[in-house]
Amino acid sequence: MKKTTARKRPAKTSQSDFFILRLYIAGQTPNSMTAIANLKKICEDKLQGKYRIEVVDLLVKPQLAKGDQIIAIPTLVRRLPPPVKKIIGNLSKTESVIVGLDLQPALK
Amino acid sequence: MPQAKPKPRAARTPLAKSPTGIQGLDELTGGGLPKGRVSLVCGKAGSGKSLLAMEFLVHGALRYGEPGVCMNFEETEEKLTANVASLGFDLRDLTKRKKLLIDYVLIERSQITEAGEYNLDGLFVRLAHAVKTIKAKRVVLDSVQALFAGVGDSAILRSELQRLFRWLDDNNLTAIVTGEAGIDTLTRHGLEEYIADCVIALDHRVTEQISTRRLRIVKYRGTSHGTDEYPFLIDEDGISVVPITSLALTHKALTSRISTGVPALDDSMEGKGFFRGSSVLVTGTAGTGKSSLAANFARSACARGELCLYFTFEESPSQILRNMRSVGLNLEPWVRKGLLQFSAMRPTSTGLEGHLAVIHRLITQVRPSVVVIDPITNLISASGSYDVKSMLVRLVDFLKVQHITSMFTNLTFAGDPQERTAAAVSSLMDTWIVLRDSKPNGRPRRELYVLKSRGMAHSREVRELIVSKRGLDLGAVLSDHTVATHVAGK
Repeated sequence: MKKTTARKRPAKTSQSDFFILRLYIAGQTPNSMTAIANLKKICEDKLQGKYRIEVVDLLVKPQLAKGDQIIAIPTLVRRLPPPVKKIIGNLSKTESVIVGLDLQPALK
Repeated sequence: MPQAKPKPRAARTPLAKSPTGIQGLDELTGGGLPKGRVSLVCGKAGSGKSLLAMEFLVHGALRYGEPGVCMNFEETEEKLTANVASLGFDLRDLTKRKKLLIDYVLIERSQITEAGEYNLDGLFVRLAHAVKTIKAKRVVLDSVQALFAGVGDSAILRSELQRLFRWLDDNNLTAIVTGEAGIDTLTRHGLEEYIADCVIALDHRVTEQISTRRLRIVKYRGTSHGTDEYPFLIDEDGISVVPITSLALTHKALTSRISTGVPALDDSMEGKGFFRGSSVLVTGTAGTGKSSLAANFARSACARGELCLYFTFEESPSQILRNMRSVGLNLEPWVRKGLLQFSAMRPTSTGLEGHLAVIHRLITQVRPSVVVIDPITNLISASGSYDVKSMLVRLVDFLKVQHITSMFTNLTFAGDPQERTAAAVSSLMDTWIVLRDSKPNGRPRRELYVLKSRGMAHSREVRELIVSKRGLDLGAVLSDHTVATHVAGK
């Protein structure tokens, strides 16, 4: 089960601005559901129109765990833009997520 | 022919074991690691943990039909494969044949941010997937230590590790978890608290510039095990542990006899020679014919079609062959027939325990009926002498249990009371033959007498030992040189 929630990509956005986020879960556990909800909310707030979320359920596709070196569940992987970053946990600590994904607007 | 190995006692405990295939370790543990349980192997860096774990998997796959998964937190598949290739393990082939699966788990702390609750289901999923893919029966986690560096919340980690070990138990997987030794604890993070069934500690010590590896079974639930440290060896064949083969003096004494290799010497020992399975010590000063006697003993074994393993610590095999030719002894045909096998080692090449391990391994592989160690003097020099006795006790016990007749030569020095150098050794020996030089009337000659030989009537007369191109022989009894005066003269 690889859910892909594609968002319309505004023409103006350059490649480096676009976020591809992959969330690894293992079954529909409370932590996983919380993580999905939290991620959607943060993305809507911070990355409107500039992101795509892929949810990978490792109970369905266990072979995908190795590629991204997944140990903890849930794990969010920022696949784009580089560098790859990983955030583990149910993403309830919003500030940590924003820092971890490097979503802070650059200081002017 | 080599003696058959005595059958191991039937296991009294119903605890099922999973053999590691590591020589000595399975004997020590009464059959291997607890089947379907998690065992902890701990030790400092470089103590051989990973190798032990890897051998457990490789032997499991090759010999016992149990595929294995190695979850490695430290080395990549490529590195691991290269590391054990020198031991003749072809991990790539095993992987291709689905007998082995290596999953390299990389944790890059710098990449990871924690934001809320999590567990280690990812690890579980990976392990379960790997186990399912090759229908694994064995699992190695090497080393979970790395998780402590990678996962910030050690409370989560601890409870997850407990869950992981339980999961392994529940799935009836025989597992080895390795852990780095702590300063005052067996492992740095107290992993031993979670492993109830079997804990093995490895150690690597350097004494007088010579390193010795040791293994200790810290606990093994439901199995009686020695708590001593056992020396082990890592060489081109992997790990071999030297167990104490008989914890009690229970070996059966044989009554059959075996020629000394010198007919006249046989004659002075009831006409039959040594007891089979007994141990013989030959002491003497330099040039008194110790090696010649040993070589005669070896040759007579070969002539009976028995296998002789000859350990030499002084001369190379070709040197021995050449020297023996000069005293009418052609050993080469027996070497060619494979009945006489040499093992030459420098005494200082490894510690005493290392030598013991090599000797054990070779004897177990070759299964000789006669063993010559020429000379043990050099082994004694490789170590503090206090170790020597315990080592020789182990070796002699081992040989006796296997019904192997053994001859040890020992060099004594002129003016040095031989009782001193041989003191540690002689009480272990069933027969003690003394060789010496003497110069009555200015004519040098070699003399031989049997100082003791347990369980038989033997002559204690001093005889001249005649070494010539025609071989060894005993001359007339030297009445002017009795043992009594010799002993009294010391």
